[in-house]
Amino acid sequence: MQNEMTTFKPKIVAFCCNWCSYAGADLAGTNRLTYPADVKIIRVPCSCRVNPMFILRAFQRGADGVIICGCHPGDCHYTTGNYYARRRMTLLFSMLDFLGIEKERTRVEWVSAAEGAKFAATMNDFVATVTKLGENKRLEDLRCKK
Amino acid sequence: MQEMMIAKARELLKSGAVQRVLGWKAGEFAYDVEPAVFESAQELEKSFVYNDFCGSNLSKYLIAQSRKEGKTLVFLKPCDTYSFSQLLAEHRIVRENVYAIGIPCQGKTDGETLKGKGFTGILSAQCEGDTFTVHTLYGDKTAARADVLPERCLNCKSKKHMIYDELLGEDGEVLDSHRFDMVEKLEKMTPDERFAFWRGELSRCIRCNACRNVCPACTCEKCVFDNDASGIAQKAAADSFEENMFHIIRAFHVAGRCTDCGECSRVCPQNIPLHLLNRKFIKDINELYGAYQAGEDPDAKSPLTDYTMNDAEPGIVYHRGGNQ
Repeated sequence: MQNEMTTFKPKIVAFCCNWCSYAGADLAGTNRLTYPADVKIIRVPCSCRVNPMFILRAFQRGADGVIICGCHPGDCHYTTGNYYARRRMTLLFSMLDFLGIEKERTRVEWVSAAEGAKFAATMNDFVATVTKLGENKRLEDLRCKK
Repeated sequence: MQEMMIAKARELLKSGAVQRVLGWKAGEFAYDVEPAVFESAQELEKSFVYNDFCGSNLSKYLIAQSRKEGKTLVFLKPCDTYSFSQLLAEHRIVRENVYAIGIPCQGKTDGETLKGKGFTGILSAQCEGDTFTVHTLYGDKTAARADVLPERCLNCKSKKHMIYDELLGEDGEVLDSHRFDMVEKLEKMTPDERFAFWRGELSRCIRCNACRNVCPACTCEKCVFDNDASGIAQKAAADSFEENMFHIIRAFHVAGRCTDCGECSRVCPQNIPLHLLNRKFIKDINELYGAYQAGEDPDAKSPLTDYTMNDAEPGIVYHRGGNQ
């Protein structure tokens, strides 16, 4: 019981682009690379599909960290989607930081379909970072907490 | 100035060049000036005013007025012309139906600010250079201009009209303002201090949506905040999350299109400095993607609908500015 109380398991939402990062996650799986089960992957057609509201909504519903994974800039399946996503997310993260919300809780990583190892390493690192930060207190919705 | 404007409006109405006039109307008290549409010389004579309380930005009303038959005459202060120009670039206003007259502005105060400074029984107010004279029931009182102007006017970005058909008075210059000073001050705080600052401000929000309704960049006919299923349609204080989310999304939706007119802060009944959120986006855009001011150049591409191959990575946020 005590152990259960003290070990904090973060909830991580990962928005993964269908063409690169989602396949990268598959590759990590087939290569038997381990990454924490705390990462919940949501497949999106492109990193550009991620509306800033999705990220806030994830935090509202209890996520402790949100990571967006897309194709490397220049490799977008839709040619330019991730360039737009890059600008949007930069501004959004900067705004979250401006409001005093821990900037380490959000991240963007470019992971290609061939980078299973990078996917696993990224997720391990991100989960470790968020675990260290602890529970998301600054952008939580108490009504959604059990 | 007011007489010149009424004379001009009467002349244009009489000649049939315009069908209606969009201006400001006197209210019950001197500081209760509100936007209004005038359709006859009598109405103009009766209640048209232009004074130091005419802070409201008329450009947003043109969206509806310019869709009516006939031309609308509108009076625009320099900062209103930025919004007008931006709305034209977004094809929200029918340009042919608008006759825009640029008018000078020396900064606008409002009743709340004056009352906050201890003025009561206000009859009228006048600005001459750096002195602000307030005529009250208890005699004339003066104050320094800097004391009675809101932050947006003290740090005015431009006295130059971006777009107009005709100009009354002199055109000014784009000013070298200190409008990002407050944002910089906040950036220099620690995240804990910033969080405490914004909690203190945003927790006062009563979700009246005035900031959204007045914003000349918020012109969607269907708004996400009106959608009950959006998860943030609740009223005030349902949860602190909603205040954060509402204000982040509101500012984000106008990022790259905000002309920094400061109307959001002016109308806020809780005096939340909302324009600081918009300015943060403007400052970030200027620093990361090159100087850009919405409304300045109608042909320029908005930074959020544009990109370059070598844009900064989102990770830059971890390294730049502010305390850790």
